[in-house]
Parts: sequence; C-alpha cells; structure tokens
Amino acid sequence: MSIHIQNVSKKFGSFQALQDVSLHIQSGELVALLGPSGSGKTSLLRVIAGLETSDVGEILFDGQSMTERHPKERNVGFVFQHYALFRHMTVFDNVAYGLKVRPRKTRPPKAEIKNKVMELLQLVKLENFAERYPTQLSGGQRQRVALARALAVEPKVLLLDEPFGALDAKVRKELRRWLRKLHDDFHITSIFVTHDQEEALDVADRIVVMNNGKIEQIGSPDEVYTNPKSPFVYDFLGNVNLFKGRLHNGKLMHGEFSIDVPNTEAHTEDHAVGYVRPHDIQIEKTNIAGTVPAKVSHIHLLGPIVQIELRREDTEEFLEAELPKEQFINLQLAIGDHVFVKPKQLKVFIPEDFSI
Amino acid sequence: MSSLTINKKSRRIIPGFHLSLGYTMLYVSLLVVLPLSMIFLQTMSLSWQEFWHIITDRRVVASYKISFGTALAAGLINALFGTIIAWVLVRYQFPFKRLIDGLVDLPFALPTAVAGIALTSLYAPKGWIGQFFDFKIAFTPLGIIIALTFIGLPFVVRTVQPVLQNIQVEVEEASASLGATRWQTIWKVIFPELIPAILTGFSLAFARALGEYGSVVFIAGNMPMKTEITPLLIMTKLEQYDYAGATAIAVVMLVTSFVLLFTINIIQWLANRRFVH
Repeated sequence: MSIHIQNVSKKFGSFQALQDVSLHIQSGELVALLGPSGSGKTSLLRVIAGLETSDVGEILFDGQSMTERHPKERNVGFVFQHYALFRHMTVFDNVAYGLKVRPRKTRPPKAEIKNKVMELLQLVKLENFAERYPTQLSGGQRQRVALARALAVEPKVLLLDEPFGALDAKVRKELRRWLRKLHDDFHITSIFVTHDQEEALDVADRIVVMNNGKIEQIGSPDEVYTNPKSPFVYDFLGNVNLFKGRLHNGKLMHGEFSIDVPNTEAHTEDHAVGYVRPHDIQIEKTNIAGTVPAKVSHIHLLGPIVQIELRREDTEEFLEAELPKEQFINLQLAIGDHVFVKPKQLKVFIPEDFSI
Repeated sequence: MSSLTINKKSRRIIPGFHLSLGYTMLYVSLLVVLPLSMIFLQTMSLSWQEFWHIITDRRVVASYKISFGTALAAGLINALFGTIIAWVLVRYQFPFKRLIDGLVDLPFALPTAVAGIALTSLYAPKGWIGQFFDFKIAFTPLGIIIALTFIGLPFVVRTVQPVLQNIQVEVEEASASLGATRWQTIWKVIFPELIPAILTGFSLAFARALGEYGSVVFIAGNMPMKTEITPLLIMTKLEQYDYAGATAIAVVMLVTSFVLLFTINIIQWLANRRFVH
C-alpha cells in the first residue's frame, strides 16, 4: 500500500513537532525515519497510524484519505519501542488478540486462529513459548512477540517505533536483519523510526532524515551517506571532520592549506566549512602541497579499521581519521608523530545558507 | 564452621530480616491476635449447648443475614462505582478535580455517627431525598446499604487509582491499532489489570462494612428481624452485661469474616499469579 503524507503539521502546546511534512512512500518500501530525539520522527509515525491527529495536512493510503479514520480502521500494524504487550495474556493470546477482537462476521473460527498464531510464532521462533507470559521473556523475545502480534492482523502497513532501541547490540543486529527478511516475505510497506544511523543504513530502502519537525533529506542509504544535502545530515550520518576556510576560485583555503572543491562557483570571504568523513582523510609522512600539518595524539586499534586522532598544528583542532589496518602498518605511525593530512574528498557548506 | 557456611548461603541483600520479622510477629500478636483470642476465651465460659443456642437464635440469624447481605451489597456497589470514580480521576482533566479527589477521603475522616445522622435526615421519609420516593429508604436494609456504601467508598478508589495510573497508554494504543473497539480495549486489556486492585478494594470495603456500627444504627431503625445488624445485637448484649453472649456472636462474625476474607485473598492470589511474577 502506498502512503502519501501531504503537508502535515502538528503542534504539542507550543512545541512544533511536525512542520509541513510531505512524503510519498511507495508500496512495498522499507523506509527509515532517522533523526535525533525531538526531531518529529515518532510524531510522524503516530500520525500515520492514527494514534495522533495532525493539525493540518492529509494522510492517504493508496490515494484514500485516512486523516479522519480511527486507528482500528487503518489496518496498520504498530510495534512500540517498549513492546506494549498485554501482561495478563500469554504469548499466544497476545498474538491472537487482533483476530479475536474482530466482529463476529469477519472473525476466523477458533481452529483457524490457532493455526495462524502458531504459524506466526514459528516464524518468530517462539513456538515453544506460546503459554508463557510476557514477563517471562527476554527483551528480544518480547519484541518478536510484538511483531508477531502486529503481523497477525495482516496489516498492509507496518509501523515500528524504535523497535530495537531497548535491546543490546547483538540482538539488535540480528533482529534488524530478520525484520528485513520479514518485510520482504510479507510484501508490506514498512516504516520504522530510529535514531541509530547504522540501523537505518543497514536495513532501509530509503532513509528520511528529520530534524526539528522537518525533513532534511530523503534518499537511498548510499545517497544520504555519500551525498548529504545539509551539514545536519552530514553530521548525523557518521563522524565528520570540519575544515573551516574561505572559498576562492573553486578552492577552500585556510593559511597554507588549500584544496580543490569541485562544482563550486561561490566565493566567500570567510566561514565556509568543508565536511570530511574520517575515512576520507589521507595521512602522509612527507609534506605535499595543500596538506595540513598535524600530530598523532591517539591511536585506537579496532579490528580491521584503525582510528587515529590527530591534532592540527595550525589551528589546534582535533581531527579523526580512519585507515585500513594494512595502510596503517605501511605508514608506521606512532603517537607523537608529525604527519601531513589532506582530505581526499570533502563537501563544502556555507553557513549563511545552512545553520549547523 | 558449618554454621558459617549456612549463614553465607541464606545471606540477604537487605539486612535486618530477623529483627523485622520478629517485630512484625510481636506487633501482630499484641494488636490483633491477643485481643481477638480474648473473645474466644470469654466465649469458653459457655457450654457448647449454650453457645449453639445463642448463635442460632432466630433474631441473631436474621441479623447475620442483614449484616452480611448489606455489607456484600455495599462492597459490590463500591467496587463498581469506586472503579468508575478512580477512572474519571485518573483519565480526565476537569475543573475542581483536586477538590473532588480530596472529597473521596472524607468518609474516612468523618465520625461515623455524624455520617449516620446526616444520611438519616436525608433519606428519612420526610427528608430532602427521602420525600421523592414512595418507598421507605431509611429504616430499611436499603438505608443500611447506603450508609455502608458511604463509609466504604474510599477503599476501592484508593486501591484502583494508582494501578490505573501505571497502565501504559501504549498498551491501549496497541489494542486500538490491532482493531479493538474502545469497549473491547477497556474490557480485555485494562479491566484484567485492575482486577487485583478492585478485589483488594472490595475486600477492604466489605470488611469495613461488616464491622460498621456507628453510621448504621441511626439509619437502620434497628427493628429486630428486619433491620437489626449483628454489631448492634452484640452491643445490646453488652449493655445487658451478657459478655459471654456478646462474644459468642462476635466469634461467629469473626470466623465468618476471616473465612470470607481469606477466600478473597486466595482469589486475589490466583488473579495475581497470572501476570505478576
């Protein structure tokens, strides 16, 4: 089912949670709403589910307006961050709930409900836990019950609010792979909210980056990661180093340092900021034109990637670089070494247009 | 050495278990068990036959029926309306909410005799409310039920309120998104969570109503066989210096109340066991 969100705004008291948000989600897509807390991502998800009503704007499912519809009429599966399982019901009854509350005419017979629930429990690998109560399960198991419960009503849209936020790193990784598989098997449209960029990059078809109630950028994981449209997106999706300077003749300059910036015609007197990912920082032991002198202040050996903390000798600012281990060994770097640093590629934003 | 290892095994995180348990035992013995056993001791001065004769007297048996019947009715009424009041106080915002919240406790603070007199003057055949009914309210079991409902009101409200406050809104939202109607959500999701609290409130209100004397004697009219409650019969016997007779009836009340409350406790334990682990 395709989802159209048209000019949705929502205020909580004086707090503008959503500000003229428009978004089109295609049928079968798995979309991540990514942003820091307070960015409006959960509000948007709740507006789509009907748990919150928008002040302005329309929500359309397959072209049909849902704006005035009660959540129970929207046929939406909602998974809550803290699972929201029914404590007094067994796992089986939790999953069967959505089928049991149907009006008599559309309610499947008991045997059919049982089959369906057991099938779903098998899918989430909890068939042996049917008679347990939610309090007897681990966090990951509870979230799987919540997912099975949401899927039992055969929703056309699956909405997940920070579904793995309360779980530990390993379970989280496992569950998100598994969510991807589930999404593909069930042919549904899924939207999930997360503040974890890694999670969004890992599973989503498209990422919607939100900030201050507005959409900053929409695009595929690769697009938003390699081609962020704003400093905010750059900063939010991974670590970043800032190179301040002025733009002149297609170069970003600061003292000795200058680097070519492709596709810029702009000239600024000052205050242009170049954004560089840690893995785009090149470290040399000899001085080449356009490099910045720096001193190695810290080295973290983390498996195949080596993180190096550097202190720029001209501005005293800290930089972070990432090298493959092999390259690190070839360079023979040690703490205290004087090196020369150059961004392999960078993106320049001019703060007049964008505020960080 | 061996005692040392045993000590280690049964070590608790919070110290003072033995001290606090001993204190609890002493406290309960002094305040509850000892005075109550005096009642049994007093009753022992009667022969078995005398005892049986007193407690199965027609007037006494009628009073049991009145006492237990009205207390049960009042407990049930409080369970229903107390839950509704708790619901309104927790879920809705309205003017003077705090004031109404405070008013709920008033039946606790008011001397019960005052409550009895006030209720009687309201519900008497010529009273403000009584005049609108063509049947009698005061001086009938109905009047007793009203008095007992009044004094037991805070129990259910105050036990259900905190539980209701702790129910996550998310659970209701989950129910709604799964297609449940508002009524189904209340009945299948919220109500089962409240049952233990409602049961507690009910048993407290019921127990309180069973022993209630002050407010009832005014509104009941105290007609033997019709509106005479057991505590009043006990008082009557005491006034006639028939201590053994009074305690004999008291023993019956005590044992019956204990059995009833114990049963409610078991039901509650069963209800709790389902989801409080």
